[in-house]
Amino acid sequence: MAVEPLMDEPKDQFPIGMRVLAVDDDPTCLFFLETLLRRCQYHVTTTNQAITALKLLRENRNKFDLVISDVQMPDMDGFKLLELVGLEMDLPVIMLSVNGDPKLVMKGISHGACDYLLKPVRTEELKNIWQHVIRRKKFDSKDSNKSGNQDKHDPGSGGGSGSPGTLSDQNGKLKKKRKDQNEDEDEEHDESGRGDPSTQKKQRVVWSVDLHRKFVAAVHQLGIDKAVPKKILDMMNVEKLTRENVASHLQKYRLYLKRLNSMVNQQANLAAALGGTDSSYLQVGSLNGRDSFHTLIGSGQFRNTAFRSLPPGGLLGRLNTPSGLGMHGLPSSGMTQLSHVRNSSNSTNDQVNCQQVILPGNHNGSVLQGMPVPLELDQGQHIKGVTHARELSIPIDNTAIFPIPRALLDAKIGISSSSNPLLGVVNSPLILEQNSQVRQDGQVYGNQSSVSVASLNSEFSSLLPIHSSLNETWSTSAQSSGIESNSFPLNDCFKQPTLHHGNMRDDMPMVAFQMERNPCSASSVASMSTELQDIRTEMQCRASPISSNAGRHHSPPQGWVDHNQDGPYSNVICSSINSMISVHGSVGTLGQGSEPKNFHPDMDFNSIGQSSYFDPLYLKHDEVNKSTMEISLKLKQGLGDQSRPQGSYISGNFGSLEDIVKAMVKQELDNAKETD
Amino acid sequence: MERNQMHKHIFLMRQSFFDQGLLDDQFIQLEELQDDANPNFVEEVVTLYYRDSSRTILNIEQSLEKNPLDFNKLDNYMHQFKGSSTSIGAKKVKAECTQFREYCRAGNGEGCMRTFQQLKKEYAILKKKLETYFQQTRQAGPSETACRPRMN
Repeated sequence: MAVEPLMDEPKDQFPIGMRVLAVDDDPTCLFFLETLLRRCQYHVTTTNQAITALKLLRENRNKFDLVISDVQMPDMDGFKLLELVGLEMDLPVIMLSVNGDPKLVMKGISHGACDYLLKPVRTEELKNIWQHVIRRKKFDSKDSNKSGNQDKHDPGSGGGSGSPGTLSDQNGKLKKKRKDQNEDEDEEHDESGRGDPSTQKKQRVVWSVDLHRKFVAAVHQLGIDKAVPKKILDMMNVEKLTRENVASHLQKYRLYLKRLNSMVNQQANLAAALGGTDSSYLQVGSLNGRDSFHTLIGSGQFRNTAFRSLPPGGLLGRLNTPSGLGMHGLPSSGMTQLSHVRNSSNSTNDQVNCQQVILPGNHNGSVLQGMPVPLELDQGQHIKGVTHARELSIPIDNTAIFPIPRALLDAKIGISSSSNPLLGVVNSPLILEQNSQVRQDGQVYGNQSSVSVASLNSEFSSLLPIHSSLNETWSTSAQSSGIESNSFPLNDCFKQPTLHHGNMRDDMPMVAFQMERNPCSASSVASMSTELQDIRTEMQCRASPISSNAGRHHSPPQGWVDHNQDGPYSNVICSSINSMISVHGSVGTLGQGSEPKNFHPDMDFNSIGQSSYFDPLYLKHDEVNKSTMEISLKLKQGLGDQSRPQGSYISGNFGSLEDIVKAMVKQELDNAKETD
Repeated sequence: MERNQMHKHIFLMRQSFFDQGLLDDQFIQLEELQDDANPNFVEEVVTLYYRDSSRTILNIEQSLEKNPLDFNKLDNYMHQFKGSSTSIGAKKVKAECTQFREYCRAGNGEGCMRTFQQLKKEYAILKKKLETYFQQTRQAGPSETACRPRMN
């Protein structure tokens, strides 16, 4: 590597003397590139290893103005290098490749490349690359308060610094800090607030979990497509946060969502069926940070890691995401969520999970019991939430349930309802799972006697109504079984997990069987979700049939639909399901941002419940529903704040969803402990 | 004069490269980069290319002998090989590379092997020709390289 010693080339001579770092594993190309760059009168440093390049850059970021890198390299993917450089050093990076496939170019752009050149590179092209450096510097010089526009802002590099204007300044300072602080890889997340911003001109924004949550909530509210930094900023109402900060964060967030999307798409099938919003929830559940939530759950079953993988904020935002990632994921089974927060395998997982859930549920019964059944429900079975702890216990295994609650609640509502009457109400998680399973099983619940399910929580069965077939079965099943679980209010759910356990255990196996056996339900659920997503009204209609038993209250669903922007579907389903749904609905709403939506009308499940399908169940389940709701709410919210006490239900306002969830999770955990 | 004849000869040789499709515009780019600061740039690049790519060719050969074929790896090798071939403007070689990669993607081992043989042939032909070319260029004297005829 030839290192150019001249580093203090007067800026006014720019672009002459611009310092470029060229990275390419192919010596021929590298040599050629070097010569070309020298011809353009740049100072060139070359290396054929990405790792070395990173090292050089980290040593002194100020040594270079621009990085040019090949895409395909043996020691590190060019895109990865691109990201790292962008995040850590905030330098403009140009990608080089023989392959000009638009997809790759897109990938490069989305990873933050400021340009993508095709090999063989021509002198003319290289003669212009200095513009990228200037553009960046220009933003830096502008005050960050201004709308710096982030075009030049590489998503990755933007990092927390937000305003491009401050980039250079900040970068410089940051870099120094970095060096001093020896922060290396951690720099990747701007949020981590590298360096000490205070000494810098521009305050570097640290995107803490709370802040991010607010951000996601705001984005969620606005709608991912319509979310513009200014509005987000206004909504967030955070002091000292500039539009640039938000803009860069939004950029990154969008990238993140895109990536998640691709993961989720796989599971989209299920999710779609379930009702789209769910997936977002699911994601949320997994991600966020509700790590604490996960921890609560503690059970190894949760794939906490999976969840963790998702950035905390990510999930929340996801709720809205049209990508419906979550939704898709959801169907896969709340269960899948449980096990694989990742969502990527949602679809597959669902099935698997469902099954697993059920069975394990038995074992874990305790887990679910308090568990955020609602979580599960979200997946499709918001109703599940209602499912008693018993049911929950099953799903508990899925640990994932918890995180899902949020997502589940919304999305799942629809799903759960379809999947199974999980009635278990209390253990909505279980239900959710079951629901999901049901879906997969193809209505196991709905049709069959879901009795087993019913046994669990016949209530849920009514929830399932989403599928007409389900409806019928559900109602019956619901009656038969579910009701028992209903009795516990969510709050109690937690406490009663044990109780449920006993019941659940017995029932669970049954349910499990049911669930397993009924792949239809699962599918039905899934299908339901899709429908949900598509048309709320449809859902409502569906809900209607479902609630035929109970005399369904259409109104509640409507209520939800209205409320839940995110999970209109879920709402619909829920409503159909009965109170459960309403609960979920609320939950759903909660999930969205823990805003106790107006579902309240649903909230009165108890009252509604009666109207809803579950009639018989409902009555009993009123409490359960309520608790479910709360739980779901909690679940939803709980993801975020586990600190709430269990007892703090939302009492009708899903606001305490989080609490509920937390409580549930806790319960579950405790129960799990007990049982184990 | 002999020198003139030599130059003429070199000129024609170079022209034939383009006419026969052995080299493309990229080679001209290389030539343009050659100046007083880099008097032998083109030759250096080409030498580097042959040195480096011979290793890659070996790797590919070895991989082709394995069974079952690891198309992914082969594709990666070829991607790299194509990159460097493109850098010097080796047109025919590049075309063979593309063909090879297509076979890789299709999972056609037979096609890969056939193409690879062809590729090696082209590669060798070009190498020989360029060697001669550079040799003569050097003999003819540096001034000759300066007066590149425009062959667009």
